[in-house]
Amino acid sequence: MKTLMLGNEAVARGLYEAGCSFVSSYPGTPSTEITECVAKYDEVYAEWAPNEKVALEAAFGACLRGVRSFCAMKHVGLNVAADPLFTISYTGVNAGLIIGVADDAGMHSSQNEQDSRHYARAAKIPMLEPSDSAEALAFAKLAYELSEQFDTAVLMKMCTRVSHSQSVVETEERVVPEQKKYEKNPAKYIMMPAYAKKKHPMVEARTKALTAWAETAEINRIEPGQDTSVGIITSSTCYQYVKEAYGDTYPVLKLGMIWPMPEQKIRDFAATVEKLVVVEELDGFIENHCRNLGLSVAGKDLFTEIGELSQNAVKEKLGQAVQAGETLSEEIPARPPVMCAGCPHRSLFYVLKKLNLTVLGDIGCYTLGAVAPLNAIDTTICMGASVSGLHGFVKAGDEACAGKTVAVIGDSTFIHSGVTGLINIAYNESDSTVIILDNSITGMTGHQQNPTTGYNLKGDPCTKIDLESLCHAVGIRRVKVVDPYDMETCQKVIKEELAAKEPSVIISRRPCALLKYVKHPGAICSDPEKCKGCKACMQIGCPAISMVDGKAVIDETLCVGCGVCEQLCKFGALG
Amino acid sequence: METKNMMIVGVGGQGTLLASKLLGRLLLGKGFDVKVSEVHGMSQRGGSVVTYVRWGDRVCSPIIDKGEADCILSFELLEAARYTDFLKPGGRIIVNSQQINPMPVIAGAAVYPENLVEKMSALDAKVDAFDALSLAEEVGSSKAVNLVLMGRLARHFDFTQEEWMEAIENSVPSKFLEMNKKAFALGQREMCS
Repeated sequence: MKTLMLGNEAVARGLYEAGCSFVSSYPGTPSTEITECVAKYDEVYAEWAPNEKVALEAAFGACLRGVRSFCAMKHVGLNVAADPLFTISYTGVNAGLIIGVADDAGMHSSQNEQDSRHYARAAKIPMLEPSDSAEALAFAKLAYELSEQFDTAVLMKMCTRVSHSQSVVETEERVVPEQKKYEKNPAKYIMMPAYAKKKHPMVEARTKALTAWAETAEINRIEPGQDTSVGIITSSTCYQYVKEAYGDTYPVLKLGMIWPMPEQKIRDFAATVEKLVVVEELDGFIENHCRNLGLSVAGKDLFTEIGELSQNAVKEKLGQAVQAGETLSEEIPARPPVMCAGCPHRSLFYVLKKLNLTVLGDIGCYTLGAVAPLNAIDTTICMGASVSGLHGFVKAGDEACAGKTVAVIGDSTFIHSGVTGLINIAYNESDSTVIILDNSITGMTGHQQNPTTGYNLKGDPCTKIDLESLCHAVGIRRVKVVDPYDMETCQKVIKEELAAKEPSVIISRRPCALLKYVKHPGAICSDPEKCKGCKACMQIGCPAISMVDGKAVIDETLCVGCGVCEQLCKFGALG
Repeated sequence: METKNMMIVGVGGQGTLLASKLLGRLLLGKGFDVKVSEVHGMSQRGGSVVTYVRWGDRVCSPIIDKGEADCILSFELLEAARYTDFLKPGGRIIVNSQQINPMPVIAGAAVYPENLVEKMSALDAKVDAFDALSLAEEVGSSKAVNLVLMGRLARHFDFTQEEWMEAIENSVPSKFLEMNKKAFALGQREMCS
């Protein structure tokens, strides 16, 4: 049956059809829906792991036991999972293992624009790269065959435009291969020097064998063109831009496997065209491979390493004029994302700003605390960096700056990799104050459960990790819980904990305002008689409040009645 | 058939994704090749959201580039103005005249431009602006804006009433079905301004 599927949904369907039985992932845009979609199939065990390293190791364990396994992550998640990745390359697999990784060229929802293809080459693991949903489904199935045939994990590289575009797929039935037997095999599965030294040559031989496979693989296909003055090598969504721009005009070598790449096939293709051009997003990965083959090639001298490409970008760089539509002459104000009305993070950030603290931030919705009018965050690096960075910042500081710095980190991010930083704070004894913004969900990626919520990926009740007990257990004696809507108490507790000469944790606890079970009291009313137009309520950047003719006006369709603005109004105009 | 391009733009939370999903399914049912491209994540938090819907004999790129859109369906006035450079000469803009202030306007760092409908009408574009919010509120919920707009859009497609109804039934929760059908009918009936 023909149906429209998101690329991520198609990967999930491919996993299902290939008989995948175990999935462990950590959410991250644009990869999240792969795991959410596969969890809807009752036949597949699927879970959210605390982080990507755990997810990959769990998936490896399941493949070792003998079932086809999978884990998904965003590009930066692969950095977290890089440790097992490089050694799983040596052990190989028992049943098939696929690692899904989704890049975010253009940084629609990411902190950097890294190109994950380098990992395939560095870890010596093959990488498939679909260009639409039909390929996403087909490649997931092919990846299991390759994984088992060549005794290797296989990387499946997605990108925002493939992950989050719907295109037509045809589905088939699920076929589950017989479970493989687990047999003890120290030389294959224990990577200590004596065994690993014997394994490394096998890894190099495997890459050679995969290169030979790549020479004749159907997924690395040459599409003839009428005009051989230019020949294009491309993959992923860029293939679609090239075909959109030029149809069958120029010959195209479309690579479905991006590592290892064929050699003879590329040489043969190059020999049939006058000018060889590589069209790829981010780094010149295919281009460098061509250069290593001694070929003369154009690539990043034409196309930028920064951001996304498009059909117009392809046309322009290959010398064809494009015409944009008309724009209005005046400036159109930007519409950046904002914290939602009723977001429990907003009031907490207001207090931090009021106290004029240095705030080391982390990854999640609360990164929006960095933007005007709150401007309450000083750094954001990666998952967990707020807590570990705070320790260094405090240790390196002097008396004058003592008690003026905090870390803020969400519940899911704290479990992901904040807790290890907290252990360092306790163990090496810095007078650090960590604020856990516990909104009882993984918010930014669209409401995924995590170990602190009491529910698993399938929505069933499960063990709930108690944050207070966890902080106590790692050696933090001072653990306080506050309601972020109560700004007076928040301010008092933050001051107290900053004054304490020992590590402390403040848990700012209130569920995300968008969670279905959260009941709101209803919109606040503004009284134009009492409003003096002082704009105190405008300091929190709530999208439901605006000034009209010098008076505060509440948008009743947005306001949930959190009461934070009410606490800021000295004239009783809001309530 | 040459590929047709429609952009659906609006403010995160307005229900633009439902509109693109509905349209995608209908077009697939007519035998077209279809691609629908969304951006998730940051854009959901009240930010500017864009969805591309493309259909034809063979659709390659999932995105619409500048100067390529046959039609822009906008859930909010400023968002229509933001993307006029994506429109083909003579293309169509269907826009809900509702204004939602973005944070820079709320914070006083920018002003919401005035007379945007008139200014867009002066471009090489067919502009159909109307108050979809009031019609949605007539049927009982501001959230029905998306179905009012789909009703308005329906006059530009060759789908039968039965096909629309079936697509709506398959896309909205049964609890809100009657309200959404009414919203669609109001959008369909409303005369061009």
